[in-house]
Amino acid sequence: MKSKKTKQRKTKGKTQKKKTVKTKKDIEPRIITFACNWCSYAGADLAGVSRMQYPPTSRIIRVMCSGRIIPTFILDALTDGADGVIVSGCHFEDCHYISGSKKAEKMIESTKKLMHLLGMDERRLRFELISAAEGAKFASVAREFTEEIKNIMKEKHGKK
Amino acid sequence: MGKSNIDDIIKKTNASLCIDCGECTGSCPVSRVNVHYSPRLSVEKLLLGYFNEIKNDDDIWSCLTCGLCSVRCPSDVDYLEFIRLARKEIRKYTNQLNYSHNRILQKTMEIMVQGQSQNRTDWINKDLRVSKKSQYLFFTGCLPYFEVIFEHLNIHPLDTARNAIKILKKIGIKPMVRNDEVCCGKDLLYNGDEDNFVKLAKLNKKMIKESGAKKIIFSCPECLQTMKEIYPQYVGKMNVELIHITQLVDEALQKEKLHLDSSKTKKFTYQDPCALGRGLEIYDAPRNIIKNIPESELLPMEREREDSICCGPSAWISCTNYTKRIQFVRLGQAEKTGAQVLVTACPKCTIHLSCALSADDVDYNIKLMDITTLIAETMKG
Repeated sequence: MKSKKTKQRKTKGKTQKKKTVKTKKDIEPRIITFACNWCSYAGADLAGVSRMQYPPTSRIIRVMCSGRIIPTFILDALTDGADGVIVSGCHFEDCHYISGSKKAEKMIESTKKLMHLLGMDERRLRFELISAAEGAKFASVAREFTEEIKNIMKEKHGKK
Repeated sequence: MGKSNIDDIIKKTNASLCIDCGECTGSCPVSRVNVHYSPRLSVEKLLLGYFNEIKNDDDIWSCLTCGLCSVRCPSDVDYLEFIRLARKEIRKYTNQLNYSHNRILQKTMEIMVQGQSQNRTDWINKDLRVSKKSQYLFFTGCLPYFEVIFEHLNIHPLDTARNAIKILKKIGIKPMVRNDEVCCGKDLLYNGDEDNFVKLAKLNKKMIKESGAKKIIFSCPECLQTMKEIYPQYVGKMNVELIHITQLVDEALQKEKLHLDSSKTKKFTYQDPCALGRGLEIYDAPRNIIKNIPESELLPMEREREDSICCGPSAWISCTNYTKRIQFVRLGQAEKTGAQVLVTACPKCTIHLSCALSADDVDYNIKLMDITTLIAETMKG
């Protein structure tokens, strides 16, 4: 009799575990967006003011320049619970600090290399150039990236 | 920090034997450029129980951990151990260290602690012969990461690894290179982060056990010193032979398994890495190799062997004007010998000294070269 009881308990535990896993699947991805003060943050503002629809997955962090972002910020975000990171700056010729977004591009390249070395998915990081007038682009990038991250999460889930 | 902890540090480091002679401060390369820094004073403060002062000082983080004071101390006070233990205690109160390179190196190590699978063996191309199962293991260390992080210095730390494999092939060794190795963790330990260091050490021990290697070959002296001297204290004995590549090459040269050809540059001088020199007392192996190159000349530097000056910041913290000045002094001494090339055997020396060489306002007429690159370039056949 005793053994039966324990068996029942075990199966109960298993089903409970499965349930929690299922709910995890449906969780919306968490995305950190670093937006530069002069272009991309204004772009995000425009998207909001123009009432463009995009998923509420991204948390925007305003920085003065995309050139300020360092690999550590990105890796910190990714290891502390973010599923994806977008770094968004001005178009190269429009950078408020002349060469900030070019610097950011280089930094993103080396961060992607580091992520590859560390066995992280490089697709979780994206670099975008969004100007203050491109509210629609901001919304579409947010939509696209959310979908991509969802796919990555599903892939990862399937593997497990 | 309780009194028991202070007593513990005093006991472990022989600090109570300090006779206040000031030999450590007189030797310290940091004290030469920064008059406010004094190893003697730090130990004195500890003995008198002024822990709050030590805690709030930058001093404890300015130490290069080069070990010059520990070697020279007449009372055998282990200053290196003192720094390690004190940093571990102070770390409990603050996490805001003066990290260099934006803490990226510490961050990568912290990610490695989680033990997920890396892609660190991508540098092995078809020309390099490595085996899947062998009694020899080549420990790459953080070289793949240095290659990415120090791209702007125009140095290629991975060439060291590639050349090491080529040299080993010449000697007749086909080593394995493991993808599941992690950083040795010395830098985290000297940042006061003992927990993560132990985790890394356990991961490495597990990797070595799984690989079944009997002999591990290192190109980085820091990894070698850590595994040889610090790992046994934390994770127990490893039961493998640990050897630096210069020792192996020196042996091969003596047995005439390997022959060196003459090189374009004739005049060399050699920088003793702290871990290889004072740490492991391997002074002659790299020197013999340079002497074995035909028509070459090894010029002695002003301070070498036990008295060698450190290349600058250690454990990726406290990269300041002071350390830069130490590097300029060292480069000046190297240039003064009349050598064309400064040979080093540690990737960190290469990184720090080439950073000093790339400074705008200085112009040193000397080139840097890693010893494995030198051997690979002059190998016969």
